[in-house]
Amino acid sequence: MDWLNAGVQGVLLGGQYALLACGLSLIFGVMRIVNLAHGVLAVLAAYLSLVLVQQGLPLWLAIVVVVPVFAALGYAVQRGLFNPALAQARGRTSGELAPLLVSFGVAVALTNLLQEVFSADTRKIPTGELASAGLPLGQLSIGVLPLITLIVAAVVIAGVQLFLARTATGRAMRAVADDAGAAAMVGVDPKHMYAVATALAFATLALAGVFVGMSTQFSPGHGDLVLLFAFEVVIIGGLGSLWGTLAGGVVLGLAQTIGAQIDPQSGVLAGHIVFLAVLVVRPGGLITRGTTSGSVPA
Amino acid sequence: MSEAVPPTGTPGSPHTAPIVPAPVVSRGGRGSLVGGGVLLLVVVLLAGVVPYVVTLGALSSLVMLFALVILGTTWNLLAGYGGMVSVGQQAYVGVGGYALIQLADAVGAPPWAAVLAAGLIGAAIALPTSYLVFRLAGGYFAIGTWVVAEVFRLVTMQIDGLGGGSGLSLSAFRGTDPVERVAFVYWFALALMVAVVLGTYLLMGSRVGLGLTAIRDDRVAASSLGVAVDRGRRLVYVAGSAGAALAGALIALSTLGVTPGSIYSVNWTAAMIFVVVVGGIGTIEGPLVGAVLYWVLQQALAPLGTWYLVVLGAVAVAVVLLAPRGLWGLLAGRFQLFPTTYRAHPGAVGAMVAPKTGR
Repeated sequence: MDWLNAGVQGVLLGGQYALLACGLSLIFGVMRIVNLAHGVLAVLAAYLSLVLVQQGLPLWLAIVVVVPVFAALGYAVQRGLFNPALAQARGRTSGELAPLLVSFGVAVALTNLLQEVFSADTRKIPTGELASAGLPLGQLSIGVLPLITLIVAAVVIAGVQLFLARTATGRAMRAVADDAGAAAMVGVDPKHMYAVATALAFATLALAGVFVGMSTQFSPGHGDLVLLFAFEVVIIGGLGSLWGTLAGGVVLGLAQTIGAQIDPQSGVLAGHIVFLAVLVVRPGGLITRGTTSGSVPA
Repeated sequence: MSEAVPPTGTPGSPHTAPIVPAPVVSRGGRGSLVGGGVLLLVVVLLAGVVPYVVTLGALSSLVMLFALVILGTTWNLLAGYGGMVSVGQQAYVGVGGYALIQLADAVGAPPWAAVLAAGLIGAAIALPTSYLVFRLAGGYFAIGTWVVAEVFRLVTMQIDGLGGGSGLSLSAFRGTDPVERVAFVYWFALALMVAVVLGTYLLMGSRVGLGLTAIRDDRVAASSLGVAVDRGRRLVYVAGSAGAALAGALIALSTLGVTPGSIYSVNWTAAMIFVVVVGGIGTIEGPLVGAVLYWVLQQALAPLGTWYLVVLGAVAVAVVLLAPRGLWGLLAGRFQLFPTTYRAHPGAVGAMVAPKTGR
């Protein structure tokens, strides 16, 4: 029964991880930037909503405020930092260096800024009864909050998928991802499209950050762990596949809860080891698309 | 096309260009002589004068500066010459720190030998690890190495013999006079720093180093010209990791202990990145400049907590976007510390350089 419980909890945890990974996957898919500030930005979203809740706002309203703020932040960061970094990288042959270093600089500065402002104490967004509410299922209890997170993750991933597949903006985004130069020739502005993609990624990341803040104790340094988990999910699930991301989240969640069932100290380590094992056995991820260009999440 | 062209030009032949004396290629020049002299003077001052005029505390913090130079120089080897941005070099800083304490305390090796052996252990662990992380490229290599570092940290914490979560303290110096101990660590760290910087300079000037630079600039082109790409990158990764392990051993030797949280901290890699990026990536001198700047900022802003990391993060972003060749890049060309550049001078005064034919 303990093992079954660990399995169920792992699948639920996977929802949170998939939601976290969605933005990382999107930014990489569209402009091949690995955003090393991903984790600390999620933690920043958690702190922002915590402050709003402490000011007396209901949680749902805090989310409604934080998510658009992050979308705007994403647009600005892309325009102000990542686009110039991409231009910098294009001039030189050692390609991805500049965006990578810029995002790392942002990550370190932001982590330590948060530490100075909020101290290194751990916090949690208060959710009242939601935190402990559970649905009985046989002898198991399904946490309501993790269940909501999983459903939100699935809805967000399906939404991003539909957006990329069906809307004009989504098509333009995929065109830019495939060949920015060719897209520019037919009237799509790559810089604007990149910024829209980052805005979307930051919105999903803010949502993920709020869910992290509701379910776990977080501190400024928690961003490192969030980044690593999100990255592992993307690799396990397979680059460029959003549904793979959901599967990757579930695999990582399962690895961690089952690992913790074996030895309570080793949950995170078990997740890392499963990730490394996937890297050895299937470097392309568990779910791979047939095409070679498979970088675009579509 | 049936007409045979004489193989060598004779005066008066319509097919040959005027004879041009072969250009004279020289290395370095006056700038590097002056720069090298200054550098030598600094090392001599650090070795012979500084230890006698500053406090023990200042000597200890200078050891940290030397460690930063080693960290920066070897990370530069990875990123600046090998094109591999690793965010996981703290794995080897940690391995070096733990190896030093185990070798010095449990095995009983003399501290200097333990430090050098810690570097070798770092290299020995980096070799198999490279087969794993080389499966990832670019940005994914960066985070992949970070995951590996986390695995190293978590595994270390699981081993009871390594002190678990609370770490180890070094007892080899117990009973040694503090002045003697700090002086030994200081001179040893200085010698090690000089050796690592010189070694890197010689490596990069060698055939292997030129191949590496070619790999960084264009992997496919380098490969087609016969450069052994995988072997070159692996060599850089192993050498860079050995350097990080050496620095980790020095840090443990200087601070007399390790905890898994601090010796495996990603902040070591953050320091390496700032030292290299702000100083000037892909140059020998850049990490020296960057390390001094990092160290000064750290010393000056230390009373304010971690604000120096906020400042450094912002400075690094600004440097990448506005001055991608770093502070050294802004100065380079005026003078240099190491003779790394070649200059070609026309062979004879007044000789006209004709367009070359047949090349």
